[in-house]
Formats: sequence, C-alpha cells, structure tokens
Amino acid sequence: MADKPNSIRSVVYPVAVLGVVAAVWTLVWATGVFHESSFPSPFSVLRAFALEIRTGRLANDLIISLFRVTCGFSIAVLMGIPMGVWLGQKVTPRLALLPIVNFFRNLSSLAWIPFAILWFGVGDASTIFLIFLAAFFPVVLATLAAVASIPAVYSRVAHDYGLSGLEKLIRVTLPAIMPQIITTLRVTAGLSWLVVVAAEMVAGRDGLGFAVMDARNGLRIDLLLVEMITIGLIGVAIDSVLARLTKIPSVRWGYER
Amino acid sequence: MQLSRVSCRFGAVEVLQEISVSIARGEFVAVVGPSGCGKTTLLNLLSGYEQPTSGLVERRGQVRMVYQVDGLFPWMTVAENISLGVRDLPCAQERGTQVRDMIRLIELEGFEGHYPHQLSGGMRQRVELARALAGSSDILLMDEPFSSLDYLTRLRMRQELAHLLDKRPRTVVLVTHDIEEAAQLADRVIVLTGRPAQIRRELSIQTARPRALTHPEVVSATRVILTELGIEDGAGDGEGAR
Repeated sequence: MADKPNSIRSVVYPVAVLGVVAAVWTLVWATGVFHESSFPSPFSVLRAFALEIRTGRLANDLIISLFRVTCGFSIAVLMGIPMGVWLGQKVTPRLALLPIVNFFRNLSSLAWIPFAILWFGVGDASTIFLIFLAAFFPVVLATLAAVASIPAVYSRVAHDYGLSGLEKLIRVTLPAIMPQIITTLRVTAGLSWLVVVAAEMVAGRDGLGFAVMDARNGLRIDLLLVEMITIGLIGVAIDSVLARLTKIPSVRWGYER
Repeated sequence: MQLSRVSCRFGAVEVLQEISVSIARGEFVAVVGPSGCGKTTLLNLLSGYEQPTSGLVERRGQVRMVYQVDGLFPWMTVAENISLGVRDLPCAQERGTQVRDMIRLIELEGFEGHYPHQLSGGMRQRVELARALAGSSDILLMDEPFSSLDYLTRLRMRQELAHLLDKRPRTVVLVTHDIEEAAQLADRVIVLTGRPAQIRRELSIQTARPRALTHPEVVSATRVILTELGIEDGAGDGEGAR
C-alpha cells in the first residue's frame, strides 16, 4: 500500500528528526571532544539567537537580504519569462540567442562579482545584479523549453476555436507552461537565496551573507550558526510559499498526470 | 465539402493520389484504410491545416476537429472548455445557456467545475465532443477520436455520438482504424488503399443510427471493408451494403 503523507505526520516527523539532531549535537558537545570555540553548544547558539533578535540585528540583516532577493529575482522573472516565451515561439531568434543564453547560464553569477563592484559599488545594486544574473538565464531556458514542449494539439485547438495573438498567449500558452514555470520559480528562488548570501559575503556591507563573514572574522561561531540556521530556515520558507502555487486548481493537472 | 483530384506529397513521399470525394451537408462519412496510408492527411486537407500538392479542396462552413490525442485544455474546467465552442456568440447569457445545454446533453451535470484530469477517458471524450458540437459550426472532423478508450467505452461513445448528432446534426468526417465503428456510425464508408492512398471502394449504409453491432447491414459492411483491406476473404461480400 502506498505511504500517503498526512498533515500530522508531515509536522511530527521533521520535528522528531530535529529533536534527534539537537540531541546528537548536545551529546557530542557534552563529550568535550571539540573546543567550545569551534563547536558551540545548542544552548549558546540559542542565547546568541535571542541576543540577535533582541538587538534587531538579525531582523535588519534578514530584511536587507530578502529585499535584495525579491528585487533581483522579480526582475529576472519579469524579464526572463517573456524572453523565454518569445524564444520558444520564434525559431530564428532562438537559433541566434540560445548559445549565448546557454553560455551565461553556465557562468556562475559569482564570477561577475568584480564587475558588479566596479559597476555598481558595494551594496544593494551590485547584489541585486548578481541575483538577477543567477536567476535570469535559468528562467529563460526553462520557459523556452516549456513553450517548445507544448503539445501541438493545443495550438490546433486554439486555431480551431479562433484563439490567436494575445488571447492565445493568455488563454493557451501561459497556462500550458505554468506548472513548469512554477517548478522553475522554486528552483531559481533557491538559487537566488544561495547567491545573495555569497554575494553579500564579498560585495556587501550588510545582509545575512555579510553577517556570516562578520561572525567568522569575529570568531563568533555561535553567531555564525545563528546566521546559517536563519539562512536555511528562510530558504525552506521561500520554497514552501512558492510550493503553494502548485495547489492552484488550474495548474494541478501538471503535477497529477 | 469536395475534394477534386487531390494529391498530397511530403518531400519524396506521395501520401494521397488523385482523391476525389464529394460530401453532402449533414452526411456522415467514415474513412478507413491501412495504418499510415494518409487518413489523417486527408482530414488535415479538409480542415485547411494542410494544402494539397495538386487538386482542389472546397469547403463551406465552419470546421471543428476532434483529435486522436486529448485536445481538452487541462487548465480549463469542463464548462470553460465547452464555452470555447460558443465563444463567437455575442450574448453572454446565451453562451451560458448553450454550455449548460451541452453539459446536460452529455450527462455531465455536476462536473462543470471539474478539470479534465479529474474525469475518466470516456467523460473527457464526451466533453471534447460537446465542445466541438457547441455553437454554430457546420462540419465535424474526427481523427480516431475513440482510439485511446477501452472497447466497452468505445461502444458507449458510438451511441453517445449518434445521440449527439441526432440533437445537433453536422456534416461529419470520421477517420478511424476501427471497422466496426465506421460501419456502425457512417452513412458512407470510404476505404483507402495503402500509400499513396487512393479510393479503393465506397459503401453506403442506409440503416438509421443508432445501429446495433449485430445489425445485418453493419455486419455485412464490416465484412466488405475487411475484405477490401485484405483481412478476410470475399465470402458473402456486399450483402446488405452497397
């Protein structure tokens, strides 16, 4: 019989795993094998968490990083989806631009850090630029592939029933690629979150990535873990928000066939 | 609809050769033939989707097509899919009435808000028929519409189609590999040869629809078609079918 997830088990199981991890962590720390400065206890990390929350530093860094991701990711999606649709529908531009898009997709956006700092300085603009680069090309390629794989019968039906131009785009093309777009958004949002931390480490004066570097430079391993746990939790939260898009009735077909 | 000495070639491959057919308004014509002989190409020519290499295709009226693969839009509900068929009606109220009528006709009341993936294969095919028959189209082209269904559902769908056409008469061209289906539904069956396809034989079937599978004319027509396709020998050839 298939093992069906339910809402209680989907909460209890992860909490149980978390409990086991915390217990193992505490036990290893209690053995004293590692020095406190390189292996802090869960209690000191919790204290550091409380301190970071009380001083507002964590919230401040979090808001800055989320702002950068939201800007870079949104610009990438707003530009990438139309471009992907266009390239998916038009053979000549696709032939001309696909190698270039593929080239940039394979180029880590972190390689652009020197240029980002030279062009935009240290701060929001350079980080947003790097996040845009990380998300834009995968969004273009995934949208292009989704459009190119729309079953030909949908185009014929659209033609039979007089759907063309903008109406066909809105009522046929975009709904037909929506399940794949949502999956792409989930992947690229995760990618953007990875990049913001890395970019802020090098090209930031604030944000969670900068806080990680700051904690490392100050040899505050407890703070470092606070930032790392926060980054991980926010990544999971972003994905679970985007995962809700898959529950929209008009896209369920893409996940149930 | 009329095809006059129509030939169609894709590169070096000649698919149809000198096909001439005239189809009267309201007539139900089935096209059968060996696999890959060009039946779908013939339908594409009739729909205007493809152009003949030579010859003339004449068609008067609005064409709707029912495809071999699932042609329902999976992101639209049953009602939304059917409403595509009436989108050229100017009055929203009339569109709503027509959609409700079609849903009642295919006996899917209560499923208006369901999506295609929530329906069985037979239900989806009924929705596709309803969409094609909704509104004021004149010609219905069907490309092996029931081929993906199981045998019992196919039998039921034939009755459904006969019933729907009784309520909403159309000129129909049905391409099928199912000889029984052709004999049970069509007023005329056109048997094509292998590629390049030519018309091997035409049979008229007079009995009114719906026809039982065991009706003598259906049985006789089935045997004639099978003989023409080289599946059976010619014993009893032509009895009851012309």
